[in-house]
Amino acid sequence: MDRRHFLRAATAMPLARAIAAPSAVFGTAQLAVAAAPAHADYRKLLVLVELKGGNDGLNTLVPYRDPAYYALRPKIAIASDHVVQLTDQAGLHPALAPLLPYWRNQQLAVLQGVGYPDPNLSHFRSIEIWDTASRSEEYLQDGWLTRAFATSPTPRSFAADGVIIGSNDLGPVAGSGTRAIALADTEQFLRLSKLAQPAPVARNKALAHILKIETDIVQAAGHLDGKRVFRTAFPDGGFGNAIRTACRIIANPSGVAAVRVTLSGFDTHANQPATQARLLGELAAGLVALQAALDEMGKWNDTLVLTYAEFGRRPKENQNNGTDHGTANVQFALGGRVAGGMHGAAPDLARLSNDGNPAFALDFRNVYATVLDRWWGVDSRVALGERFAPVPFLAA
Amino acid sequence: MSARLALAAVLLSVSGLVHAAAGPMGYADARHLLARTGFGPTDAEVRAFAGLTRDQAVTALLRDARTTAATPPPAWALETGPTGAPRGDNVSEETRRAYRQLQIRQDLELRGWWLQEMLATTSPLTERMTLFWHNHFVSSQQKVRVARFMYTQNALLRANALGNFGTMLHAVSKDPAMLIYLDTAQSRKGQPNENFAREVMELFTLGEGHYGEQDIKEAARAFTGWSIDRETGQFLFRPGAHDNGVKTVLGKTGRFDGDAVLDLLLVRPETSEFVAAKLWREFVSPEPDAREVQRIAQAFRGQNLDVKAALRALLQSDAFWAAENRGALVKSPVELVVGTLRQLELTPAAAAPFAVAATGMGQVLLSPPNVKGWPGGDVWINSTTLLARKQFLDRLVRAAEAPVMAKTMANSGEPPTSTAGEPNTSREALMATPTATTMLAAPATPPTEAEENRARARRAALALERGMRNLQFDATVWVAQRQGNSPAAKMDTAQALLLPLPAVTADPSTGEIDAASFVRATLLDPAYQLK
Repeated sequence: MDRRHFLRAATAMPLARAIAAPSAVFGTAQLAVAAAPAHADYRKLLVLVELKGGNDGLNTLVPYRDPAYYALRPKIAIASDHVVQLTDQAGLHPALAPLLPYWRNQQLAVLQGVGYPDPNLSHFRSIEIWDTASRSEEYLQDGWLTRAFATSPTPRSFAADGVIIGSNDLGPVAGSGTRAIALADTEQFLRLSKLAQPAPVARNKALAHILKIETDIVQAAGHLDGKRVFRTAFPDGGFGNAIRTACRIIANPSGVAAVRVTLSGFDTHANQPATQARLLGELAAGLVALQAALDEMGKWNDTLVLTYAEFGRRPKENQNNGTDHGTANVQFALGGRVAGGMHGAAPDLARLSNDGNPAFALDFRNVYATVLDRWWGVDSRVALGERFAPVPFLAA
Repeated sequence: MSARLALAAVLLSVSGLVHAAAGPMGYADARHLLARTGFGPTDAEVRAFAGLTRDQAVTALLRDARTTAATPPPAWALETGPTGAPRGDNVSEETRRAYRQLQIRQDLELRGWWLQEMLATTSPLTERMTLFWHNHFVSSQQKVRVARFMYTQNALLRANALGNFGTMLHAVSKDPAMLIYLDTAQSRKGQPNENFAREVMELFTLGEGHYGEQDIKEAARAFTGWSIDRETGQFLFRPGAHDNGVKTVLGKTGRFDGDAVLDLLLVRPETSEFVAAKLWREFVSPEPDAREVQRIAQAFRGQNLDVKAALRALLQSDAFWAAENRGALVKSPVELVVGTLRQLELTPAAAAPFAVAATGMGQVLLSPPNVKGWPGGDVWINSTTLLARKQFLDRLVRAAEAPVMAKTMANSGEPPTSTAGEPNTSREALMATPTATTMLAAPATPPTEAEENRARARRAALALERGMRNLQFDATVWVAQRQGNSPAAKMDTAQALLLPLPAVTADPSTGEIDAASFVRATLLDPAYQLK
């Protein structure tokens, strides 16, 4: 039985048997699937970390035993003795060494070969596919979280459904109906929110949109505490600031279901090694600070951190010490209730498509289904349009 | 009703329409035309157009469009020869830093120059169209890192803004900023870079869905050899790097070079339709009418892709003037900033700080977020950007009060941290990145790039604060200059100038309210965000 068939079978099994199912197939220590509660549990937080530009997954999770990897990347491959070894096949980029303790504590799950059929290699189209959870040829307006919140609304008392930090692109919470707040800094947001004024009249769609934003601002501002101080030291720089802002939002007692932060600059067509090392270093430092601050708030066990990017990069390096747009990629899931270990399957570098890209092993919508069904208890079929089996990267 | 009566009724209504279109269009129509085709018009501009018919007004706008900027560019923008950009690995960190800082300075200067031209021009349509093409044929200084090239491209877009689309496509494809931005300059025979080939089809001409991956691969070979002469900073064709083999693009086969591929794209009807639909979203409404787009595309094709022909068809369409489309479009940040200064008749001593104001609202001139450009429309407005807009407007009318802007602008970041995206390998970032070892070893004597950015953001915010304070907007004088027999009537006129729709939250013209509060309430009204 292949992996996908197993997943389908596993979800069809009665709960008790699913929990008892052998985990060896996945190479994970735990395979436990929590029962979906009758009502969505939005006390559990989702933090999405977008690695914008298309992070190179092959130099993030390095197949350091694979000769094909070194043959494809004579100039930019990570040498096997520099890799932070996770398994006897795969290891992390050295800049991600700060994540090793989470791996050892089984709180880091590595999702390999994530992609989707008929991949699109355009940045905006592919991130749109990820953010709307559409099929490759399907155009959807609303983000996947927007559809989830429409299916199972968050409590009205929440400050917002989703908060987007440091980016004007609302991504997974784009579209109508959801209460999405985009901000860069909580104190500034609170000060300026006094300029917003809700009003009932809308003469056209553009005006209706503006009035809705005014209302959302007033609602969110009523619940946020912009001055929360943490013992945790946040790293310098844009990403560190975004993590601090995220923590201030998470600290609000009235709740928020999802927060997204963005780290930009991964479109490494040229001179990739230095750029990616710097960015992954920022990512690791930011995630460590995030975990420490969540611990401080007592929320690490109720938080799922999930990285994503629009696509991975082509296995064969280009002439400019860089890589071009590719397909299957690696994602990290972190959190107190994550079942650590490897999921999916490493890209098969010996069998690349005509355009030089590997096949994907795990559909990103299976990952989303895990968040919806297993983390929040929201029926993923409505938000995703069809049934995608969850991936067992969450502990009970 | 008899057939004759029905016919008479039809004729009557048609002649009524003809009459309405043939007579002077009046204040509201003139305001609509000028707001849509320019930046916020002044009262005097609106009144000058109000006496024209719609056709006369459209004809005048197109006839009088400039092709050059009246504001002289910074001297460095006209330099020729090598760019001075550090190349290779043997360049000291100091040299790189000096170049980076020079580029950041020049970039800000250039943005200020363009904003100044938008404020001062007698041809706002030219600047709006230049901005439209900047957002169509996107290049970003974040990647190009040669401000001089961004100026050259800007001048090229302005020269062709209301000219021939084909001429512009050929020219911009060989433009140095574009050759860098979409990696054409790095593309060579045997190792074609697909970036330009993909975007020229997806975003510049056909639109997604009208070509295949194989077309991209083949077209990419045709563009190999298009390069930049390092000595002159001009386009250079390198025959040795060009793949002159046979290619098949869109079903046509031949030894195509880059120009031949562009010609294949230009003759496709999808190209004229794609551009017509984009012009519709820019000037008419967020939802193009498919049949009308076809008609405009036909007019566009019928005149060999003359942009003026497309604009004429668009601006003379019933939809452009329809009541339901008034106030249906969201102003871009640059339109909001420039339009507000124009409408309030304010002349800043320096324009650059006001380009920074637009940055805080999500629009960095000369640095669109990715090759798709600013998405525009509703996307301009989220909680961050709406508050930044309101803060700017609030501050403008309360110029005399204590400054609060500096800190918040500094927080908003300049340049923003979220500029990355499409081919965004920021040279600045690459050049500035120390190796892991130097990062550990070197003491923190020279400021890090992040520190430089923060310091620069603070300086920019202070410059904006100063610039706003020095404007000294006097609401009482401004309202008194409006037409009307009473304060209340003057306020009515002022609101008819400032708002495309009746006020939503501002309580208009009771006559009890003071001028400053009235102008502030009108600018903070949600309807002021629309055009």
